Amino acid sequence: MLSRRIIPCLDVRDGQVVKGVQFRDHVVMGEIVDLALRYRDEGADELVFYDITASPEGRSVDRGWVERVARVIDIPFCVAGGIRSVDEARAVLHAGADKISVNSPALERPALIDELAAAFGVQCVVVGIDSLRDADGEWHVRQYTGDPNKTQALARRTLDWMIEAQQRGAGEIVLNCMGSDGVRKGYDLEQLSVARAVCHVPLVASGGAGTPEHFRDAFIEADVDGALAASVFHSGAIAIPELKRYLRAEGVAVRL
Amino acid sequence: MSVVLVDAGGTNIGSVRYALQRLGADAQLTSDAATIRAADKVILPGVGAAGPGMARLRELDLVEVMRNLTQPVLGVCLGMQLLCTHSEEGDTDCLGVVPAVVRRFDDMPGLRVPHMGWNRLVGRQPHALLAGLGDDDSAYFVHSYAVPPGNYSLATTDFGGEFSSVIANHNFHGMQFHPERSAAVGAKLLKNFLSL
Repeated sequence: MLSRRIIPCLDVRDGQVVKGVQFRDHVVMGEIVDLALRYRDEGADELVFYDITASPEGRSVDRGWVERVARVIDIPFCVAGGIRSVDEARAVLHAGADKISVNSPALERPALIDELAAAFGVQCVVVGIDSLRDADGEWHVRQYTGDPNKTQALARRTLDWMIEAQQRGAGEIVLNCMGSDGVRKGYDLEQLSVARAVCHVPLVASGGAGTPEHFRDAFIEADVDGALAASVFHSGAIAIPELKRYLRAEGVAVRL
Repeated sequence: MSVVLVDAGGTNIGSVRYALQRLGADAQLTSDAATIRAADKVILPGVGAAGPGMARLRELDLVEVMRNLTQPVLGVCLGMQLLCTHSEEGDTDCLGVVPAVVRRFDDMPGLRVPHMGWNRLVGRQPHALLAGLGDDDSAYFVHSYAVPPGNYSLATTDFGGEFSSVIANHNFHGMQFHPERSAAVGAKLLKNFLSL
């Protein structure tokens, strides 16, 4: 039986791992390779690295640290950050990343998803979606969330975009529920459950993890395939080995 | 001992090479027939689709070279599927050194394809490649096509039914998962292959 995945997310800025609250006010959490090794040792199932300033600054991800991580890490990792073309994606994959995740550039030009899937197969292509509920009661997509001054609210509905992304070749969707990000009150189960119903590829929850129960709820109630978190892991508030033992005791299939 | 990685264009070649380096084996990346024939161990990695994978081997004139190897050969992920007779992916004839047909996962409610993540390996027959494999050992998979169980299955894995996660036929071996990304379990199995 396929295990549910625990995925620490490392936001990268200027070669270091940082974390902000609701995507703002970043503080340095540590060195990329050190944190990657720590999470590997603790039993993380996968790592995601977001070069959070790449897209707002209009540049692609720095490949140097991708290669450094690939040399030492023996679990899968995904790299995101300003990947705008097949060539840029190829460079990141050849540097050793297992998957690439696109967000803002796919919103700029949705055909990017088709091109990436055709070049590397859907299994390499993750589409990240930053989503926030607006006054009309609907969830809408946000773009350039790495920089609060450049973040844009789009008219595009989150669920419409999720369906389109799959049709174009997304092999996995990471749904960042911005309303719950960084405040540790739990994943947005309502939004994730609605997303689950239209998401036929692996779905990864992001935003809001504060306690082990939050992970259980995301897996059992929203039926997500993976749960991504940052601050609770970086701060040590939740240790991955204990989290996984708890989840297994609660009947969630996890790798120990 | 010389280990070669056949450069068939897969994007995971770097990762496989690093994994071998961590085990102390410096694998040469090559598409040269003589170098491949002379190696002690041959690894065919691969990520992508069966059609382009076979097309690349044909372009490099490596189809007969691969078929006629007698030393231990390991296909990883797509590399394993290319060892089979045929793949439903793009209706592709493959190398045919393992008597199996690669099929797409059936559409089933709740079965999210690609099969992506960690899943358990269940040993089906004793083999040196599986030495030390534990009851709760999982490996990392990413694929949409799979090899059904058969006499060639050394280990199977459950994803809406059993499929072959490790196969062998004579000197040809395959792992559907990514040993280079399967932490200690993957390192153990790669080390077993290097010791064959």
